Amino acid sequence: MAKETGIVSWKQLNLGIAITDPGNASQLKTGDWRAMRPVTDREKCTKCGQCYVYCPDMVYTKDAEGYYVQNYYWCKGCGICAKECPVDAITMIMEEVD
Amino acid sequence: MSKRVGVEVSIACADAVGLCDVDVVAAYPITPQTHIVEHLSELVAEGHLDAEFVPVESEHSAMSACIGSAAAGARTFTSTSSQGYALMSEICYIASSLRLPMVMAVANRAISAPISIWNDHADLMFARDVGWIQLIGEYGQEVVDLIPIAFRIGEDKRVLLPVQVNLDGFTLSHVIEPIIMPEKAEIQKFLPPYKPQLRLDPENPVTMGPVGMPEVYTEARKAQDEALNNSKAVIQEVFDEFGKQFGRQYKLVETYKTEDAETIIFSMGSISQTAMSAVDHMRSQGKKVGVVRLRVFRPFPAKELFDAIKGAKNLVILDRVTAFNGGEISAPVALEIKSVLFDRKHHPKVGNFLVGLGGRDVTVQNFEEMVEKVAAAKDGELGPYQFINVRE
Ligand code: SF4
Ligand code: SF4
Repeated sequence: MAKETGIVSWKQLNLGIAITDPGNASQLKTGDWRAMRPVTDREKCTKCGQCYVYCPDMVYTKDAEGYYVQNYYWCKGCGICAKECPVDAITMIMEEVD
Repeated sequence: MSKRVGVEVSIACADAVGLCDVDVVAAYPITPQTHIVEHLSELVAEGHLDAEFVPVESEHSAMSACIGSAAAGARTFTSTSSQGYALMSEICYIASSLRLPMVMAVANRAISAPISIWNDHADLMFARDVGWIQLIGEYGQEVVDLIPIAFRIGEDKRVLLPVQVNLDGFTLSHVIEPIIMPEKAEIQKFLPPYKPQLRLDPENPVTMGPVGMPEVYTEARKAQDEALNNSKAVIQEVFDEFGKQFGRQYKLVETYKTEDAETIIFSMGSISQTAMSAVDHMRSQGKKVGVVRLRVFRPFPAKELFDAIKGAKNLVILDRVTAFNGGEISAPVALEIKSVLFDRKHHPKVGNFLVGLGGRDVTVQNFEEMVEKVAAAKDGELGPYQFINVRE
């Protein structure tokens, strides 16, 4: 995964903290914000793709079998996917403290 | 050879902006700054100045347009006053944080209410913290000279910050003075074309002004703070370059008859001219009085200021703004000077006087009164500040 942004000395910042590599928002580890993690129950999942559509952070990708898989680097744990899943296949579980 | 011509200071200020080859002027008129903006729009309309004049609908929009223009790499100018500055201020912070050089002439005016179009330093004072460099002109020639100086300082790679040129509303902006207007070729020699370090360019996309998460905000502020701190040396360097080329030398701190002075009057702006007349008068009566003025208020030149005032027993510090701080501490200029003195364990007698508010005249007699008050006061008698010229 790409290097996390923003953790640098003030001396290394671009002028006015401008971003000079376009599209680097994908490097921002929004997964750090997560308190609860969405976990999919494949027994219930109908592969409808609603979670993919509603996720505000483009966390889901379709795997070879047609299931939608979360990327926890970005998943911020908002719970929208769990709320929107028409068959309640997604459960939000508390993150372990490590 | 340039010759002296009688011209209104606002008009001369606008002409000086024209000489600097500005690309964009975005401004909204407000008394007493109006003549500067009007004249610039005339220069553009009549084809004397090849620039975009953006007649915006408010000062907030003026500064927004200026930020866009500076971000695109254009040399940018605007001007405002008082309430207009207040409306603009939200965006002014962003210009400095994005490190966008531009120049703004501020015709200093009181802030409402009551509505006052007349001069004091309320706008100069609230603009202390917007992260801009603040230069102060005392008379017409200085305003004209400070315009190219301001562009050169702001555009210097070691600085890259917006710069205000303050001139007192009416008492300076509307007077007609004999002014030497520099030749265009001379200004072009002094002020090379602006080469932005970073600019909006579709070929090389950048994001300016992104969100600063808690992980980066402190570092961003530290970097900006350093830039303003380091600008002090560049400002004096540019003053020296200007002095060499044009023969008019400016300093961060200007002094008048201070060498043997027991009492020093501290002032900023056009009122300093009256202060110097008062000093001449008091000197003729054998009183050892001098004047110290700041040419640059941000960055605050503490070391130079201390060197200028350390010999005096008494300090008369003028503030041209009401402080609204509860009355148990001094007004802003005196507060800052007291901090300079405290850090150097130096304790002269300090009188802080609120004068010249909302266009009230300050006379030679007023200066003599302030000097006498401080000289005669016993320890602790002067209080944090006092109003001068207020009817009881
Ligand atoms: S919890 Fe929110 S961010 Fe995470 S996958 Fe679901 S919708 Fe996306
Ligand atoms: S919304 Fe629910 S059922 Fe639909 S693909 Fe996502 S997890 Fe499966």
